[in-house]
Amino acid sequence: MSTKTDKIDRLAELTAQQESSSGASLWREALKRLRASKMALVGAWIIAVFLLLAIIGPWVAPYAPGQQWRGEVFVNRAEFVGARAENWFGLDHLGRDIFSRMLVGARQTLLLGVVSTLIGLSVGALIGSFSGACATLGGRVGQRIDSVVMRCIDIMLALPSLLLAVSVAAVLGQSMTTVMIAIGVVQIPVFARLLRGAMLVQGGSDYVLAAHSLGIRKRRIVLTQIMPNSLSPVIVQATLSLATAIIEAAALSFLGLGNPDSAKNPEWGVMLTQAQNYADSAPMMAVYPALAIIITALGFTLLGEAMREALDPKLRG
Amino acid sequence: MLRFVVRRLLQLIPTLLGLSVLLFIWLNRLPGGPASAILGEKATEAEVARINRALGLDQPVYVQYGRFIKRLIEGDLGTSTQTGQPVMDEFLLRFPATVELSLMAIVLAVAVGVPLGYFAAKRRGGWLDVAAVSSSLIGICIPVFFLAFMLRTVFSVNLGWFPSYGRLTTGINATEVTGLAVLDGLLTGEFDATWDALSHLILPAIALASIPVAVIVRMTRASVLEVLGEDYVRTAESKGLRKGVVRTRHVLRNALLPVITSVGLLTGSLLSGAVLTESVFTFGGIGSFIRTAIDGRDYPVLVGFIMFIAMAYVLINLLVDLAYSLIDPRVRVH
Amino acid sequence: MRIFKSRVTRAITVAAATALIVTGCSSERDTTEGKGKDGAKDTFVFGGAGDPGSLDPALASDGETFRVTRQAFEALLEHEPGGSELVGGLAEKWDSNDEGTVWTFNLRKGVKFHDGEAFNAEAVCANYDHWFNWTGTYQSSAVSYYWQTIMGGFAKNEDKDAPKANYKSCTAKDENTAVIEVNKASANLPGGFSLQALAIHSPKALKAYEKEEASAKGDAITYPKYSQQAGTVAGTGPYKITKWNKGNKEVQLERFDDYWGKKAGVKNLVFRTIDTEEGRRSALQAGDIDGYDLVSPADVKTLEKAGFQVPTREVFNIFYLGFSQEKNKALQNKDVRAAIAHAIDKDNLVKTQLPEGGVAATQFIPDTVEGYSDKVEKYDYDPAKAKSLLKKAGEEKLKVEFCYPTEVSRPYMPSPGDLFELMKSDLEKIGITVTPKPAKWAPDYIDATEAGGCELHLLGWTGDFNDAYNFIGTWFAEYDKQWGFKDKKVFEAMEEASKEVDHAKRVKLYERANEVVMDYLPGVPVSSSPPAIAFAKDVNPPLVSPLTQENFAEVTFK
Repeated sequence: MSTKTDKIDRLAELTAQQESSSGASLWREALKRLRASKMALVGAWIIAVFLLLAIIGPWVAPYAPGQQWRGEVFVNRAEFVGARAENWFGLDHLGRDIFSRMLVGARQTLLLGVVSTLIGLSVGALIGSFSGACATLGGRVGQRIDSVVMRCIDIMLALPSLLLAVSVAAVLGQSMTTVMIAIGVVQIPVFARLLRGAMLVQGGSDYVLAAHSLGIRKRRIVLTQIMPNSLSPVIVQATLSLATAIIEAAALSFLGLGNPDSAKNPEWGVMLTQAQNYADSAPMMAVYPALAIIITALGFTLLGEAMREALDPKLRG
Repeated sequence: MLRFVVRRLLQLIPTLLGLSVLLFIWLNRLPGGPASAILGEKATEAEVARINRALGLDQPVYVQYGRFIKRLIEGDLGTSTQTGQPVMDEFLLRFPATVELSLMAIVLAVAVGVPLGYFAAKRRGGWLDVAAVSSSLIGICIPVFFLAFMLRTVFSVNLGWFPSYGRLTTGINATEVTGLAVLDGLLTGEFDATWDALSHLILPAIALASIPVAVIVRMTRASVLEVLGEDYVRTAESKGLRKGVVRTRHVLRNALLPVITSVGLLTGSLLSGAVLTESVFTFGGIGSFIRTAIDGRDYPVLVGFIMFIAMAYVLINLLVDLAYSLIDPRVRVH
Repeated sequence: MRIFKSRVTRAITVAAATALIVTGCSSERDTTEGKGKDGAKDTFVFGGAGDPGSLDPALASDGETFRVTRQAFEALLEHEPGGSELVGGLAEKWDSNDEGTVWTFNLRKGVKFHDGEAFNAEAVCANYDHWFNWTGTYQSSAVSYYWQTIMGGFAKNEDKDAPKANYKSCTAKDENTAVIEVNKASANLPGGFSLQALAIHSPKALKAYEKEEASAKGDAITYPKYSQQAGTVAGTGPYKITKWNKGNKEVQLERFDDYWGKKAGVKNLVFRTIDTEEGRRSALQAGDIDGYDLVSPADVKTLEKAGFQVPTREVFNIFYLGFSQEKNKALQNKDVRAAIAHAIDKDNLVKTQLPEGGVAATQFIPDTVEGYSDKVEKYDYDPAKAKSLLKKAGEEKLKVEFCYPTEVSRPYMPSPGDLFELMKSDLEKIGITVTPKPAKWAPDYIDATEAGGCELHLLGWTGDFNDAYNFIGTWFAEYDKQWGFKDKKVFEAMEEASKEVDHAKRVKLYERANEVVMDYLPGVPVSSSPPAIAFAKDVNPPLVSPLTQENFAEVTFK
């Protein structure tokens, strides 16, 4: 958990260092470094393929994801139809075309990752910037508020994220939206801490002091200077969060809280969980979604880490 | 120093009180009660209502909360609705398993992660570095439950090297001292029990360690890189100090500080992982118990657990602060 | 700081490596050792799906608890091994008066309890009176569900909503004759006397039970201490419970050498909990357990191919698709209900989803229960007819919400989610729009279905004993929110049957009741399927029972 907080705080510090020296050129330099990084290249390629599949997947899928081949499957409840000409990845336990489901699932998985990250980001940003603003602008009372808010956020970070998500799902009932919210909630403290940290660090930076001494009002400084400049760590964190979201979604469906309408809207996590029941007779059924999840999450992680390294001069070596 | 500790401990009280109020409001929003979890398809509306009444769940939140606080002052956490046993007993019964599993995972993670991260940093860009970084990244991206599942299929079902579930083989009745089966065996001299417990631990611990290992590798690597670039290391090297001395006295010592802090505070993510690994390996720890508590609306257990986590969090933080001030004289606690 | 010397790091690495190597060795040694001893293998380990709730069966209502206690406790009546007929248990013979209110039991002689006490009529009455006089927490239906179902309330009901007592008295006529009287005849008798929840305990144990406070706290249901550890509880069964290791999730039993019947085949019997289907399967495949229950249908063939034994049980449950007519008014039209019945491809469900031995159902009881009628209206799979019925009803654009439980596997429905998917696609074929409503089994799903909050839902029932009322009586005897209908014909048919004391006549009336129910069609009975049970290769398994009442004393190793 503190690895989380340390990393978050570190990210927050970095931007300040950059912006305070000579903003734009450092950004450009970071981009240049990013382009040279192999990690970033691999990550970007994976993400590109994934995005392509997520966009065109449902249109190019040869069959409807819910279509069932009756009669020829499951001859003895355990004899599955494997890969063949009309079903490239074979049929699943209900006689549905796995290849089509994987394609359609790409979009669901992307949707899930993006929406839940957005939830975490927006709520977290609100809380974080509120708290940060209190700390920088609010005087003694503000600092008090800030420390209370932050303590709550820290305890949220300390709680096992999965249990947090499960309890959210218990209150909201079971649906795709629930899964998104549950995963989003888990991300809230991360983003809140990140934004607050960035604001605090920048609050003390030279250009803010300069602006302040020029007589620009504090609130304006926060809105026009500090907030926009805190953006780069947020982008990095969001990229990493997309990976986490995809993995957590899989874990949630393992705990039985996955997307309920999995016939029409298959999602890789649910597919993997269902496949585990048939791992003995049809191992490939589990392998496809598992690989898809791992590779996609890896893509986002690679890009995110590469971005972090590019931003962090100390890691450049 | 003492004042600092006392003050931090006193701060714990309002934190816990505030948390418990929030919890009660939150739990009150959960639909349904424990009754139908107990009765299953035998439940009828009248019986569910009767049971909920007996449990006092038909009363307003503040009454329930008052009762909770009263009991808490008497030193009672309440009774689990799933098992009909005192919450405290249930925790004492199940925590050792999770603690043991988590410790084992941490030991594995440190034993593998620190050397890997260190050498990766030393030979930056070399094959070891590339291998260490990429495998740690992949480690984070494999869903824990899937990894656990694969490990079990390969190493216990196919190869038969390790048991596929549980904590101890039947028939091995270790005398309980600490509740940590491995340690108990060592303490009482029942080495059979120790071996048996270890062999049950190894697969779940590997699964659980997958994420901490990745974190520690990257953490170590990053901080070693950082330290290597520091002036004092360059100075030490230019002074002609032997490489070994520089490495241990300057580089590792400073680089390990953040790593050690983080290891102490991995609780949250470890517990999340424990929920998954414990349920794959039927490990009988707190993780899977809490999971069923959520499903079964076992309010007393949930409240007790969250309070415990919050308390542990504050205490661990306190310890870390103290440890920091001991290791790094520049940090002072006030 | 000395601790950061690399020597320490090295030491840790070495220690971890040693640990790895050592465990590697030890586990191999374990297996060889296990096999070496196998010549006289004396421990049979069975994998259950959940922890027992207590060691006192009277406090339980779940199969996992009964599986364990059944090996140590016996009731007055039992079911024939491998079947569902009532036979003598601790009572050799039994009889009732014509009104069905006075039940006389001729008890078996020479029976001893595990604690050395002798079994006699006094002991039987001590048990029934003990239950009847329960107070406090024990009166909660979470604790004494079966007593309340069979015998009604207590000597002093503390809750005004508790059922009225039907139990009147128990008298020990002589050493070996016990007479139990009830206030009025009940369809639950004599079947109820065979329930594990009404199994006979040693009088000495009962005294110890009574010493324990019946939970002083009003707001918690606490199981008494005696029921949570071995030592106090004592029955007459072939095994006695020696240890309950909760941390390791296992209950250990040992052969009872003074058992009145055939002694148990294996000295030690252990029940261990493994929550998941794949977990139990892996444990059996890895050789960690000797058998397990609730086998996933998908695993049956693979297990058999690998040489494991998967005996087939007879069916004794029913799985149905329920309608809540008040939630969706369209369902009040019989044509709509019939259309849905015709739309469901039961044979496909049975063939692809249910374990070996499963059959499509035509009525709300399995064909093994007396009262099964061959003359009920059958709604065969016929999508064309279903479509025309919908058209006739003017409901061609019917929309339904379909609830199904997640995270659960019941003996009658191994994987509800998959069963739901298949039915959903059946319904969509005849033009019905289906909205899936998944929910956690408990409490969400149970609460929603029982309150009539689900238009279509999946549920079922496993019989406690062989009486049709145990199935249909629980649903169709009176208005029930779950079904949301009032039909005089159905309710009257049920009442008539339940009042009849004469066994043969009652069976005839049940047959008629089933015909009336299926004519009205409150829901669609889908299938009956036996939960599969598996054993290792070297085991001579016990006779499997349709009521899942296996007697593990029959087990021996090959």
